[in-house]
Amino acid sequence: MIIDAKNLIYEYINEEENGIIDKVRALDDFSIEVKEGEFLIVLGHNGSGKSTFAKHLNGILRPTDGTLFVDGFDMKDESIVWQVRSNVGMVFQNPDNQIVATIVEEDVAFGPENLGVPSKEIRERVDRALRLVEMEEYKRHSPNQLSGGQKQRIAIAGIIAMEPKCIVFDESTAMLDPMGRRQVMETMNKLNKEHGITIIHITHHMEEAIMADRIIVIEQGKMILEGSPKDVFKNVEQLKNIGLDVPDATYLAYLLNKEGIKINTKVINTEEVIKELCQLK
Amino acid sequence: MIRDITIGQYYPVDSILHRLDPRTKIIAVFAYITSLFLIKAFYGYGVVILALGIVIKLSKVPIQFMLKGLKSIVFILIFTVSINVLFSTGEMVLVKFWVFTITVEGIVLAIKMALRLVLLILGSSLLTLTTSPIQLTDGIEILLNPFTKIGVPAHEIAMMMSIALRFIPILLEETDKIMKAQTARGADFESGSIIQRAKAMVPIMVPLFVSAFRRADELAMAMEARCYRGGAGRSRMNSLKYQTRDNIAFVVIILFIAFCIWI
Repeated sequence: MIIDAKNLIYEYINEEENGIIDKVRALDDFSIEVKEGEFLIVLGHNGSGKSTFAKHLNGILRPTDGTLFVDGFDMKDESIVWQVRSNVGMVFQNPDNQIVATIVEEDVAFGPENLGVPSKEIRERVDRALRLVEMEEYKRHSPNQLSGGQKQRIAIAGIIAMEPKCIVFDESTAMLDPMGRRQVMETMNKLNKEHGITIIHITHHMEEAIMADRIIVIEQGKMILEGSPKDVFKNVEQLKNIGLDVPDATYLAYLLNKEGIKINTKVINTEEVIKELCQLK
Repeated sequence: MIRDITIGQYYPVDSILHRLDPRTKIIAVFAYITSLFLIKAFYGYGVVILALGIVIKLSKVPIQFMLKGLKSIVFILIFTVSINVLFSTGEMVLVKFWVFTITVEGIVLAIKMALRLVLLILGSSLLTLTTSPIQLTDGIEILLNPFTKIGVPAHEIAMMMSIALRFIPILLEETDKIMKAQTARGADFESGSIIQRAKAMVPIMVPLFVSAFRRADELAMAMEARCYRGGAGRSRMNSLKYQTRDNIAFVVIILFIAFCIWI
């Protein structure tokens, strides 16, 4: 179990412009277990608490109440935070604001340098990480010359070079164009399938959620749905009610069912819906 | 205006000067600046000009490119020269009118000052023209390292410099975006008096600052997530090593200084 959260509560004080101070509960009695090697996608709209959850995973935020174990370490203990961070990497939303150096390979080296890895090994790790995200021909470039998707892959390479067990993507695809988003998703999938790295991806794009092992949906700090993509997306009405979309294929099956054409609603991509439609009598 | 300043620009070609260790070059520039102020005799400047000429030739940076950098100091140059010419006192008075006396000594002093300034700018811009920002900050960090004992934050200074270099183009781009957004809504940055134009800049500065602070906050979080804890316990991917060419350069520097003291 790489992540084990029980009854997590996170509260913060919100002061509005008119002077009203109130306590906001961003995570409310939130429990989850994540196995090593899992590909988990966390869905939720803005302000649902999904990013708050992500920031707990490497000690940026600390729970107000409840217990959280990451990689076997109790996150209440402040002294282990650096150990956890070297095992749980985090990729953020804006690629520009997480690249430190003016040359691609120098930036990828930043993480291992912080860990005090010997020079020769850093060199190897950097080359390996850049090859993995398919950016090795850009290693002497300045990050400013790259596209959003390329920059985000550099940021991912910077995390891979630290050789973590788990990578948390905190809305890392939100600012990218469709092309960049696809590249980042492919990289994520590769890391998970070929290298066994646990991936936790926070997003509100439904199409990305299809490739997950498991999806959880967060609303007002609570987990409201959990299961495989097919099991989660069949709850079309519930998802629509909280302002989330479902994949087009699922929605088509749902609408057809509403019109009295009974087909299986547990479909998430075009091929599956075609198959179901062809079996209609 | 900003484009004219060659100080801080990197000229990417491959030359012996580009390949020198950044530490060697930083020390050389300091030695060079000191020597400029050591020289008394006039012909000393001739030697310095000759030496600088050879070094520029070695650096493969076109001389026109370097002279363009002088444009930005034309005003300071004219100012220094006229102050020296008009106000210096001396024995050999040439012209005297109102409060001004122009003397031979004054003119000589003015020429010396102007020469010094020009040589200073040319010599020091050669450092940044032949050294990439990354190498420069690495060099500064290592050179400052002995002073950490007396409280000089060597690593932090180098880190700040490289982050600044990374974000200058991003913030410039952002300024451009904000200006376009404001122009689209009827803001006018081009016409009016200087004061009016300065006032028009306020709606640019405010969002720029807000965004810069947000970026700083996010960057700090990302750096911490990548286990950044300051300079202690860090290793480096590329560590600097002195080569034979650096040793030769040091001999040249020492000879040069000795010569400047001697004349």
